[in-house]
Amino acid sequence: MDLTWSPEEEEFRQEARGWLAANVPGNPLPSGDTREGFAAHLEWERTLFEARWSVVSWPEAYGGRDASLWQWLVFEDEYHRAGAPARVTQNGIFLLAPTVFAFGTQEQQRRILPRMAAAEDLWAQGWSEPGAGSDLAAIRSRAVRDEGAGGWRLTGQKTWTTRGAFCTHLFGLFRTDPEAERHRGLTYFLVPLDAPGVTVRGFERLDGDEGFAEVFLDDVLVPDADVLGGVGEGWRVAMATTGSERGLTLRSPGRFLHTADRLLDLARTKGPGAHRDRVVQSWIEAQAYELFTLEQVTSIVEGRQIGAESSLNKLFWSQLDIALHETANDLLGPEAEVDGPWSRGFLFSLAGPIYAGTNEIQRNIVAERLLGLPRR
Amino acid sequence: MRFAVTERDTALAEAAGEVLAKQAGAEQIRAGWPGGRTESVDAVWRTLAGVGVTGALVPENTDGNDLGLGLDENALPPLLETLGRSGLPVPAAETVAVGAPLLAAAGAPQLPSVLRGSALLTVSLAPDAPVPFAARADLIAVPHGDGLRLYPRDEVETEPVGSVDGSRLLARVHAPAGGGLLLAEGPDELAVVYRRGVLATAALLVGLAGRMLELTVAHVRERHQFGVPVGSFQAVKHALADVELAVRFARPAVLAAGWAQAAGDPETAVRTSMAKVLASEAARKAARTAIQCHGAMGYTTEYDLHLYAKRAWALAADWGGPTEHREFIARRLGIAGAAGIASEGADT
Ligand SMILES: Cc1cc2nc3c(=O)[nH]c(=O)nc-3n(C[C@H](O)[C@H](O)[C@H](O)COP(=O)(O)OP(=O)(O)OC[C@H]3O[C@@H](n4cnc5c(N)ncnc54)[C@H](O)[C@@H]3O)c2cc1C
Repeated sequence: MDLTWSPEEEEFRQEARGWLAANVPGNPLPSGDTREGFAAHLEWERTLFEARWSVVSWPEAYGGRDASLWQWLVFEDEYHRAGAPARVTQNGIFLLAPTVFAFGTQEQQRRILPRMAAAEDLWAQGWSEPGAGSDLAAIRSRAVRDEGAGGWRLTGQKTWTTRGAFCTHLFGLFRTDPEAERHRGLTYFLVPLDAPGVTVRGFERLDGDEGFAEVFLDDVLVPDADVLGGVGEGWRVAMATTGSERGLTLRSPGRFLHTADRLLDLARTKGPGAHRDRVVQSWIEAQAYELFTLEQVTSIVEGRQIGAESSLNKLFWSQLDIALHETANDLLGPEAEVDGPWSRGFLFSLAGPIYAGTNEIQRNIVAERLLGLPRR
Repeated sequence: MRFAVTERDTALAEAAGEVLAKQAGAEQIRAGWPGGRTESVDAVWRTLAGVGVTGALVPENTDGNDLGLGLDENALPPLLETLGRSGLPVPAAETVAVGAPLLAAAGAPQLPSVLRGSALLTVSLAPDAPVPFAARADLIAVPHGDGLRLYPRDEVETEPVGSVDGSRLLARVHAPAGGGLLLAEGPDELAVVYRRGVLATAALLVGLAGRMLELTVAHVRERHQFGVPVGSFQAVKHALADVELAVRFARPAVLAAGWAQAAGDPETAVRTSMAKVLASEAARKAARTAIQCHGAMGYTTEYDLHLYAKRAWALAADWGGPTEHREFIARRLGIAGAAGIASEGADT
């Protein structure tokens, strides 16, 4: 056991901290899930990119710093502590990019990654459909081979697509073999949202932001070069990186440690003792999430696979986020309903147990794959 | 940064685990209950002592003995988790984490017999609370006057008290005005001692929680109702997934507390309390979920589950319960009122 950072990691921390202190916008940006806010966020994302902080763990050739996983954690910690804006590019960087690194051709990597790092291409995740949420393998949007055009024609509907109304591209699963059962016969496609035949309709989430979109595809031609990981391999390709979505990469501990610190500040202003037992419990759990991830990163760095364990991350961080915000609501009393960071954070925390695979699905995974309980 | 147990600490825990797997079954646990054959428990304890369990934190070659391993607090989480998992009714936290290293430091003549497992040692830092194993321990260390003092059992008055976990063999201890050997004094020294006890108990709780989960998983895979294993019902699966979650997040906190103590980390006190909170809550959740998922069988004493559950309830409350430790952390974080009270020794 050694829970100290190396001098190199400390140096990296200082550099990140210094840059963030000088560059994080003084006033919080408007929500990135609104048109106006999204534009403001893009400006920030590009500032990050220019200083090479947008994708620290990527190779330098693609705009990163070749940072180790440890350094990445350090950066995330500093990022959240600095109160820096939420990343509107996260679904590309954290969800698509790991898949491109693992399954993309060199051509795809060179074409996709630098523009993603620079926030020039903005990626939305097109998995869910009206009839396929938890049961992702039930997707019906299809892709039909067009030999003459050297590609596939995509038709169908995706929905609940985060920031789909503002993004430029979509990555998603489509059925290429209508005969094949469920998770067989699916293919992972990359689709520009300005392609002929694509219609995007933004709609409001519970918090009132236009954070969702429906994406309608009508005979949209996608060239072979935009198949990721092979025809018919979509399920395997998508599942290989779901761990990033549920676990560490999408939700690093820094985010919750920062919220826990804000909760402490709030508790201090509310005078001694108010709801302290719950405040402390939430604070403890935020620390526990960090410790769990340190153990997990050690495993990854030493070459072990994480697999189904990322479901534990997902359950824990999503429940923690709600506990932090509900506790803040109680401290705020009648102020809790006032629009502001706490009420917005609370509304968003309620989505945590739904997106990235609902918590019921995660519990099934923990029970069946980690505990070995029988499937039905 | 490396968040993983070292090979040496793992090796000790594994050596203990092998002894326990061979020699400590439900029979030995039951033998620790009043009227049981405690000799069979003592025999296992002596074997454990022989592989270095009792001397884990005792410096090597103290008084020419060869049972001190000279390890630090990093060794406690894996070792005590293993001991906890076994359910063996012995004063593990009291001897391994707290008492033996103090006896070594004080040059107590009883050290060799404690390290060999031939003298049973117990310790409590909580004034007036019933002391575990005091009903049969050979050596008893309790707070008295200026500090923690060690007494041979015939120098103190012991008054046995019944316990939910009968194998705890509780007794209230009344120490005489004079005598005893001073083991630790002053708030700083006592705080270090206290934190070792808290850490070790937290690790025992993680082990117990894991054991209860294991028993329950095995049971729900076997037990059929409505023509299917009850473990295929989602309500059962989800309840057990929540236990796994609690255990998997408590364990790193316990490891981190061990590291903090060994490294002299400035956050040691808070890290230690955190570990105890998470481990206590995880073990209590494991106990109630395990009993529920066993149905009536879990509510009998013929089946073994109750042995672990009762130990968990006892240890969750011992060395400071979760609320007490949260209260202590609240004060450290500056959000508690003047009314915050933490137990003796925790307040440093
Ligand atoms: C804020 C937010 C952002 C999102 N962003 C995106 C995005 O960018 N791209 C995208 O593709 N999707 C996105 N989603 C959609 C998300 O992936 C789905 O909502 C999720 O997979 C659940 O599907 P569903 O909504 O159809 O719920 P359903 O699957 O209909 O589930 C309804 C309820 O039934 C339960 N249930 C379903 N199946 C089981 C089962 N087997 N066992 C136990 N319980 C079960 C669920 O847990 C849930 O409580 C987003 C969702 C939210 C809330």
